Formats: sequence, structure tokens, C-alpha cells
Amino acid sequence: MTPVEHTTPRPSAGGAVAGQAAHGLPYAHDIAAGSAWTVRLGRHRALRLTCLDDGANAAVLMFAASDPLERLNLPDTLKAQMSACVRPPLVLMSDMGRALASMTGSSLDWHDAITGHSTDAQVRARFGASDYAADRNAWRRSARAGLLDELWKHGLGKRDLHATLNLFTKVVPAGDERGSLAYVPGHARAGDWVELRAEQDVLVMLSTAPHPMDPNPAWAPARLRADVSSVPEPGPRDPSRVFRPESGRALAAVERSLA
Amino acid sequence: MTLTEADVLVDVTVGAGDGWIGEIPAGARLRVVDLYGNQAVDTLFFDAHDHANRYSAVDTVREQGAVYLTTGSVLLSVDLDPLATIVDDTCGRHDTLGGACAQESNVVRYGEHTRHQHACRTTFVRQAMEWGRGLDKRDLTHNVNFFMNVPLTPEGGLTFEDGVSAAGKHIELRAERDLLVLVSNCPQLNNPCNGYDPTPVRLVGWAR
Repeated sequence: MTPVEHTTPRPSAGGAVAGQAAHGLPYAHDIAAGSAWTVRLGRHRALRLTCLDDGANAAVLMFAASDPLERLNLPDTLKAQMSACVRPPLVLMSDMGRALASMTGSSLDWHDAITGHSTDAQVRARFGASDYAADRNAWRRSARAGLLDELWKHGLGKRDLHATLNLFTKVVPAGDERGSLAYVPGHARAGDWVELRAEQDVLVMLSTAPHPMDPNPAWAPARLRADVSSVPEPGPRDPSRVFRPESGRALAAVERSLA
Repeated sequence: MTLTEADVLVDVTVGAGDGWIGEIPAGARLRVVDLYGNQAVDTLFFDAHDHANRYSAVDTVREQGAVYLTTGSVLLSVDLDPLATIVDDTCGRHDTLGGACAQESNVVRYGEHTRHQHACRTTFVRQAMEWGRGLDKRDLTHNVNFFMNVPLTPEGGLTFEDGVSAAGKHIELRAERDLLVLVSNCPQLNNPCNGYDPTPVRLVGWAR
């Protein structure tokens, strides 16, 4: 399939976009397979995730860093942009009608938003018991366990869970009467990538545990590389802004509130 | 079925744009009747004894392997506990991925002129506030939309369409544990989910 190229210029090797201070940027971090991670992503910073192995999944929660009562709302995101999945150049919207981030590019045309993430009980039932004593850092931790850990570190908890954006995963609804769901194996390969541009300061929490519908009989989580860099603010003809009037209004709402 | 007065737990007509909150014990039935047709009924379910163990739309659709809810669908919590089972459905299918309308999402979808129109979240907030017991904004999660038609396509499309419901259609649930049920009878005027004319619905709950 045709890669969707991001439309914002890459930062220079020094990490600074002209006119912007960007101390500490860019930086890269390898996220271990089957683990959880939180990144506080400043406004107009990009998070580019690249698959280091085949079959990756990243279950993502997102919050407004200034007030985590405001969080990603995927039903609102999908219905406003009339999409059953997340793909460039969709705007990820909060429950307060403000843009949290925009998907500015991806080598994939489908990221799941409707099928949630794994729990410990499911992982144990499918792959057997696993603990640190036996398996050390390769122990099988569900996405839920990892995300709850990250939530707690930020003073949040179970009540702050919401539908996860499952980057690199494709689950297709059939056009039949019940809307049967089919997981698409082999959707993401090593080298596939996605880029999110923060439209306000956000907390991004993610788990690289396998998606619960992944039919792979073996537990085979994939590693991701995270690159964080500074990118220009979206201009008047930014693809996310002009995608749909709804996308533009969510961007305008956050810009007005931070003006 | 012949019901005696003692069996009836709730029997209310919820006006257009109004709401209801209450507990339904394990084993009891709750029927929602679309009295006039094409009326979306936004509904949240919580374990009555642990509000954090609440309805999860995405876990429900994944575990049943299908997007729409109908007879046989088991509404699951975030812990994958069955909260309720749909035991009867004369409508055919119901949405759970379209979320609830809010003032803020209305502005995104329809423009600033809708900022002060009534919305489902306003009803959820008012009902939750009156109920108290620690409920707050964090508890308002992705809901069920009874009688609402939101087709998803294999190409990735999602639209709000004319309802597939009609006057007198109903859905009936069996509580699989003690439930707190929070209902907003949707006031949306800007899309076909209520046929552009919100109308009353009836809630009837009875002990087994």
C-alpha cells in the first residue's frame, strides 16, 4: 500500500526547528516488547513510533497533561470524522471537543480504535501463567496491567481507562448484519511507522503487549522505537486541519483555549 | 407474562431529553421501549457495588466478535464480567461505538451555534450528580445507544444513519449482577439518530 507521508518538515539533525528552542530534542527510546511506557509530549512535538519487529501493537491511552480529566474519546473522534479507524490525517479528539493530537503520517492506512486491549486473565488463559520469578523481564504482562501501572504513577486509575487506540492493528468490520469483526494478520511489519503531533501538552501511555485478537499461538510481542522531535505548528492548509470541518474545529478549539 | 405490582421495580416514561438513574438487581429484567420510533437511548451500566467495574463498549464488541448489539449480546465490564444480557430485541441491532452527544462534541460536529443545545452528557451529569455516591466525570465512559443505527464499513466508513427502529420496538435486558443503570433519552436535533424529533421512551424493570 502507498505510504502516507507526513507533511511537516523533519527537524534538523540538531533537533531544533528554526525559531524554536528544543532542548533535549530530538530523542529516541526503544520500547521493549510487551511493556508499558508513558511519554509526556509537549505541544507541537511529534511522537514517531516505528516497529522493530513484525506484528506490533501499541494500545494507547491519551490525556490532556494540564488536566487528565480530559481524555481521548475515540467514539467522538470517529463519528466526527466519519471513520471506523484512525488513519492520517485524522485529529484525535478529547471528550471536551479539543484536539489532543493529529495523526500526521503513517506507512499504514488503518489503526484500530474499536477493540480494546488485553487483560491479565486473558493472557493467562491463552499463554499460561507467567511471573517475574520464572520469566524475568520477559514475563507476560497484559496491556491492562501495564496501563494501570502507568495510570497509577500519574495519580490516575481504573476509572480513567477509555477505549485504546491500537496502533499497528487492523480489525475490519464486515458489511454483514451483525458487523462481524475480522482481525487482519500481518498488518504491521518491521519498519512500519506512525507519527502523532501533539496539539496540546499530552500524556501518552502505551503498552506493547499483543492485541487480544492476534491469533498468533505464541506470545510474540514486538519492540517499538519512539522518536520525539519538534515540529511546526499546523498551518492554515495543514492536512489535518482541512481534512473535514470537524477536524478543523477541534484544532481551532484547542488553539483558542491556549491562545 | 402477568406482573403483580410487587414485581415491578421501575415503570417510568422518560421524556425527550430527560434521563433516569437507578439500580436493577441481579436476575431482574429491564425493558426499554421506543414508544414513537427512531429514538436513541444512551445508556451506561455499572456494577452497583463497584462503579469502576463499568460497561466497556470495546471489550463487548471484541469478545462477541461483532460491532452491533442484539439478542444474545452480553454487555461486558472493563474486567470482562457480564453485566447484562440482551434477551429480547424487536428492533434488530443497536450501536455502541457512536458515544454520547455532548455540548463540546456538538460544537466540533455542527458548529459553535450548537454550544448551548441540550446534550446527552448534560443529562448524564445531572443524573449522576443527583445520585451522588462518588460518581463524577471519570465515570462517564463509552455507552450503548439503543435503537441507534451507526453502520461501519469494511473500507473504514462510519456514519449515523436513519434509525432501524420504529414505534413500539423494544429491547429487554437481564441483569447478570446488581447494576446501576444511567440513561439519557437523547435530545440530539442535528442528525438522524432521533429522526430530528426526540420523543419519550418507557423503561420497565421487574424482578424475575
